[in-house]
Amino acid sequence: MKSGAKILIEGLQREGVETIFGYPGGVVLPIYDELYNAPIRHILVRHEQAAAHAADGFARASGRVGVCLATSGPGACNLVTGIATAYMDSVPIVALTGQVPTNLLGNDAFQEADISGITLPITKHSYLVKDTRDLSRVIREAFFVARTGRPGPVLIDLPKDISTNQVEDVPLKDPVFLRGYQPTLKGHTRQIEKALSLLATAERPVIYAGGGIIASNASGELVELAERFMIPVTTTLMGIGCIPCDHPLNLGMLGMHGTEYANFAITECDLLLAIGVRFDDRVTGKVSTFAPHAKIIHIDVDPAEIGKNKPIDVPIVGDARAVLQAMLQKIEKGGGRENWLEKIRMWKKKHPLKYEEDGKLRPQFIIQELSNLLKGEGIIVSEVGQNQMWTAQYYCFRRPRSWLTSGGLGTMGYGFPASMGAHFARPDEVVFDIAGDGSFQMNIQELGTVSHYKIPVKVAILNNMFLGMVRQWQELFYDRRYSFTELPPVDFVKIAAAYGVDGMRVDSPDGVREALKTAIETEGPFVLDFRIEREENVFPMVPAGAAINEMIGGHPR
Amino acid sequence: MKPHTLSVLVENRPGVLSRVSGLFTRRGFNIESLAVGTCEEPDMSRMTIVVVGDDAQVEQVIKQLNKLIDVVKVSDITEMETVDRELALIKVSAEAGSTRAEVMQVADIFRAQIVDVGAKTVVLEVTGGSTKIDALEGLLRQYGIKELVRTGKISVLRGSKTVKSSK
Repeated sequence: MKSGAKILIEGLQREGVETIFGYPGGVVLPIYDELYNAPIRHILVRHEQAAAHAADGFARASGRVGVCLATSGPGACNLVTGIATAYMDSVPIVALTGQVPTNLLGNDAFQEADISGITLPITKHSYLVKDTRDLSRVIREAFFVARTGRPGPVLIDLPKDISTNQVEDVPLKDPVFLRGYQPTLKGHTRQIEKALSLLATAERPVIYAGGGIIASNASGELVELAERFMIPVTTTLMGIGCIPCDHPLNLGMLGMHGTEYANFAITECDLLLAIGVRFDDRVTGKVSTFAPHAKIIHIDVDPAEIGKNKPIDVPIVGDARAVLQAMLQKIEKGGGRENWLEKIRMWKKKHPLKYEEDGKLRPQFIIQELSNLLKGEGIIVSEVGQNQMWTAQYYCFRRPRSWLTSGGLGTMGYGFPASMGAHFARPDEVVFDIAGDGSFQMNIQELGTVSHYKIPVKVAILNNMFLGMVRQWQELFYDRRYSFTELPPVDFVKIAAAYGVDGMRVDSPDGVREALKTAIETEGPFVLDFRIEREENVFPMVPAGAAINEMIGGHPR
Repeated sequence: MKPHTLSVLVENRPGVLSRVSGLFTRRGFNIESLAVGTCEEPDMSRMTIVVVGDDAQVEQVIKQLNKLIDVVKVSDITEMETVDRELALIKVSAEAGSTRAEVMQVADIFRAQIVDVGAKTVVLEVTGGSTKIDALEGLLRQYGIKELVRTGKISVLRGSKTVKSSK
């Protein structure tokens, strides 16, 4: 006979879980008692939201399932933003929540919240366990569902008596079989052939690559395909890192804050090969003018994404890596599009990303310096807003899973806890959280966690004393009426010091390199407070509802 | 925009109905009717869902339903040969006398059963397609409908074809 809590811990170990992020409370006491001596490392965060983001950061950096644990009611509710973040970006996490005992369910008992109901629209699947004998099966299924197909968060709600009950554990049947869940991984052969024949004849093809490439570990295949056919590649925010930034075929990011040349290429292409993307509004701008001259091939593991926002000529349902491998097997070489590539080279030359270099401390310069120092290596995590866009534009990413950011949900406060998770996934890497002063203050309490466990996460705050991105919109579209976007100055170095974390304030470009070096060389966490130009904007920019080639703040055409 | 009839096989588990209905709310799809009950498979239920939308919207509905782990099979049977039924219970004001006789006559024409008779009301049970029930409802309105309950449409394919789990 074993307790549910013991079965849970054994189940997690069977799934290869080494680290979980959590916060204790009343109904999870039996689980915490079991964790006390378990060979699983538990990281005590300072707010449950951080546990969910840390699990997410762990998953994105490692490609494995991240795990977080919270108590019932408020604990579980605090996970919600983190679960929604993982859901929108298809990140595999398993969220474990305590629940009031089964005999009190629905009674409005102390710290009761219907968390499986609350998270129904933001989980891939969820379980409310009502019999301890189901627990082993549920754990195995949850991990399976989270990491396969289109990955996503799975929630397991555990009433207290489920953890305390003693039962004979039910042996698991291998492998998992769910008759309602059979993702299509292998692309349809005839569709693949159709795609290849379009690729062979296209004169101006572009690859539009997204997070699906990263999730399916298909970067190698993607670059191979691009090189064999000589097709330029533009990546979404989520796809950054799937092709090295300085690869001659890389066009950088497309969309609202994409490069001008990526957006021009999309607008002029005659064939768009979309892989692991979802034609999000931040990418397409006005959707009717997105790739208006192109035939579109769309490869995605989630059939519901194909044709959702834009009609598709050749849909291919399947795992990006499997489909790309099948394509590579069938075709040796293509190319012969020198005119198209020449045009793109010309655009790149005439329309590079740019910012003013006038001796003032500008955020783009800080990102570039960091990129130079780390040679594009390390794991870079961002918060949300201007800091995120500047990093996406100016950091030279060279590898997949080296860029973690909340794309779909756009969660401020994501970066700091996610970088803690990234550290535990890949402890040998330098991890930087590029933050804004607004975002950092949303999960600033995690200074307690990084200090407690000496987690060597470096935070670079691009401090403009504004909610910068909203301010930018107010400047451009609301007549500079800065309604509730100005933040009074905060001494972040002092706050860090109070938590026992080292920090440094930087006011001029001269100090940037040294400060970054100091942060990297210091053992343990470090906080850099960069006092940047306050009203710096993210350019170029596609105004909401415009076509993506109608950018402002770029170069005259 | 036209009604589509979906036959959906789901795992018979707690929460499956809220997963399905929650999906409709979240994605902004309109359900015209939804009927659910156990079926020939002991641990599954069959839902008949009537959803209104253009073809692209209905395609999204089907794809999104298929993504639910507890949904085993979704079939759009709109264009197929089906037998469709709906059941309604209608409580009508019908004082003993000529009104009651008239109501009973109407019921007879529609092959509706009188399943309850009170001092001032009768309850009619009628089955058929939606239009038939609409027509009966329209006729009875002049007598005063006190209460009306409809089940929503259920459908089954004609002939030997079935909507089954292929897995």
